Amino acid sequence: MSSTGAAIDERIKETSRLRKALIRPELGAIVGTIAVFLFFIIFAGDSGMFNAQGVLNWSTVSAQFVIIAVGACMLMIAGEFDLSVGSMIGFAGMSIAILSVTLGWPVWLAILLTFALCIAIGALNGVIVVRTGLPSFIVTLAFLFILRGFTIFFPQLIERRTIIGGIAERAAGDWLAPVFGGKVGGFFFDWLASQGLIAVFERGTRAGEPIVNGIPMLIIWALGLMVVAHVVLTRTRFGNWIFAAGGDAQAARYVGVPVARVKILMFMFTAFCATVFATCQVMEFGSAGADRGLLKEFEAIIAVVIGGALLTGGYGSVIGAALGALIFGVVQQGLFFAGVESSLFRVFLGVILLFAVILNTYIRRIITGER
Amino acid sequence: MSSFDHDPIVEMRDIEKHFGPVIALNGVSFDIRPGECHCLLGDNGAGKSTFIKTMSGVHKPTRGEILFEGRRMDFASPRDAMEAGIATVYQDLAMIPLMSVTRNFWMGREPLKRVGPLSFMDFARANEVTMEEMRKMGINLRSPDQAVGTLSGGERQTVAIARAVYFGAKVLILDEPTSALGVRQTANVLATIDKVRKSGIGVVFITHNVRHAMAVGDRFTVLNRGKTLGTAQRGQITPEELQDLMAGGQELVALEGSLGGTV
Repeated sequence: MSSTGAAIDERIKETSRLRKALIRPELGAIVGTIAVFLFFIIFAGDSGMFNAQGVLNWSTVSAQFVIIAVGACMLMIAGEFDLSVGSMIGFAGMSIAILSVTLGWPVWLAILLTFALCIAIGALNGVIVVRTGLPSFIVTLAFLFILRGFTIFFPQLIERRTIIGGIAERAAGDWLAPVFGGKVGGFFFDWLASQGLIAVFERGTRAGEPIVNGIPMLIIWALGLMVVAHVVLTRTRFGNWIFAAGGDAQAARYVGVPVARVKILMFMFTAFCATVFATCQVMEFGSAGADRGLLKEFEAIIAVVIGGALLTGGYGSVIGAALGALIFGVVQQGLFFAGVESSLFRVFLGVILLFAVILNTYIRRIITGER
Repeated sequence: MSSFDHDPIVEMRDIEKHFGPVIALNGVSFDIRPGECHCLLGDNGAGKSTFIKTMSGVHKPTRGEILFEGRRMDFASPRDAMEAGIATVYQDLAMIPLMSVTRNFWMGREPLKRVGPLSFMDFARANEVTMEEMRKMGINLRSPDQAVGTLSGGERQTVAIARAVYFGAKVLILDEPTSALGVRQTANVLATIDKVRKSGIGVVFITHNVRHAMAVGDRFTVLNRGKTLGTAQRGQITPEELQDLMAGGQELVALEGSLGGTV
């Protein structure tokens, strides 16, 4: 028995470099993204969708999806779901509004307390799932109703209405609010406008200013979360534990991976992402509404699945999930630009979900040797 | 046999294990020395699984004592046993098919490299060591990124064994490693057992296949209805005798007659 000379198995075909580069979890999402962009360049290319304002429009919507998709992706890879994300968005927004407007506390304090509260609720979700061994589907479904119920109950009890406005006035001059509601890179857009590369307002009080005057912090958050989550997942020890916890919790425990801690932390991260989403939204609109965030949990999960993640955990990609979110944003806004009836958005979503999942299942079988 | 110059790494004396009214083990004695392959044979239900779970710290014995390197040991958990150097490769494997060979190999003990205040998993080293350890076991991986799910059953066993050896196992318990494998893969796993033994590790090989046991075993202990029927050395016992001991003698003789000696 030679220990060094084991020959290369003649039954395994040499895989070409191109094929190797193509066969990756994100392939479905990459193909989908290209298809979607081609589609709208052809059918809505002259509608303003791809000028500065149009790009900012669909980038912002996509960034919203990216923020919650990144959280849902990490949690799904760790083997769990969170169906309470949408309710959490409504709840967090309302919490900021009540604390800052109704109680009159500083906005920064309202934001920090809301983050603490929501992350604690995420941890509670996680602890219940880990301790009871119940499916996270059921536990977080309960929180979907509990949080939404409170989101409607409290403003009605305190203010006798379900929308609380006036946050923009309260946030003026606050040091933390611009981190979520501000814009960056204004000087760059001024320069672009001065070079005649982007349009400027021609009338009104802002005449001469560029139509696009900065990148919303929402987009910065989306990119930041995506990069951090991707690096943690693929390059760190903790990332390996996330894959292991979702791939086979028992096998992971057996080699000493703290599976319970990993899962609870991922529930907390998902809650964090939902709260970032809510805070950006509240700062943008200047108000909080009890119906905010409806169905967001499913949109996040769909984006993640389009991105190549496995619903049962242990497999997936943050980049894929972000591309899934981009497809979402581009299609939703693109149909508007193309002048298509917006209800068709759902039809399109259903169709692309189905195709992406079929393609992803095929790719995953090649990569992982599932049968 | 050089392994007899050494004291046993693990010695189990008169182990009894009761589950409520059921007596799963009723006085089992067993020991394992460095560099030997000690086969534990027994039919289904003989108590093999209960016995190795006692040895690897999953169960606490009801009666009897476990000596580890001469000292009395009480393992509170499998983790304790692992820390001490008792590694178990279970039949259903502690491998995650969706993850790469490297990620599986290092799971729970990932090597780190620091970049400023941050620490990342050192994939360059992890991949290199994984390839090297697998090569030592006679398996040339296509790539360390390859998912474990793409490996054959025998190769997966080998990854699990290589992992245990690399992380300093003194005793390697293999729970029916060949039971689900084809002929060629079984031969590979048996060759791996031989390599591991030669490196000075004590191998406990659990099986109900006498031929696989005879191929690599130095000593043979037969478990029947929760009791050991003694330990034999290589050369002192024939495969037929082992088979008889396992099945409880008499009945199998009758069966063999009706089957024309094919069992």
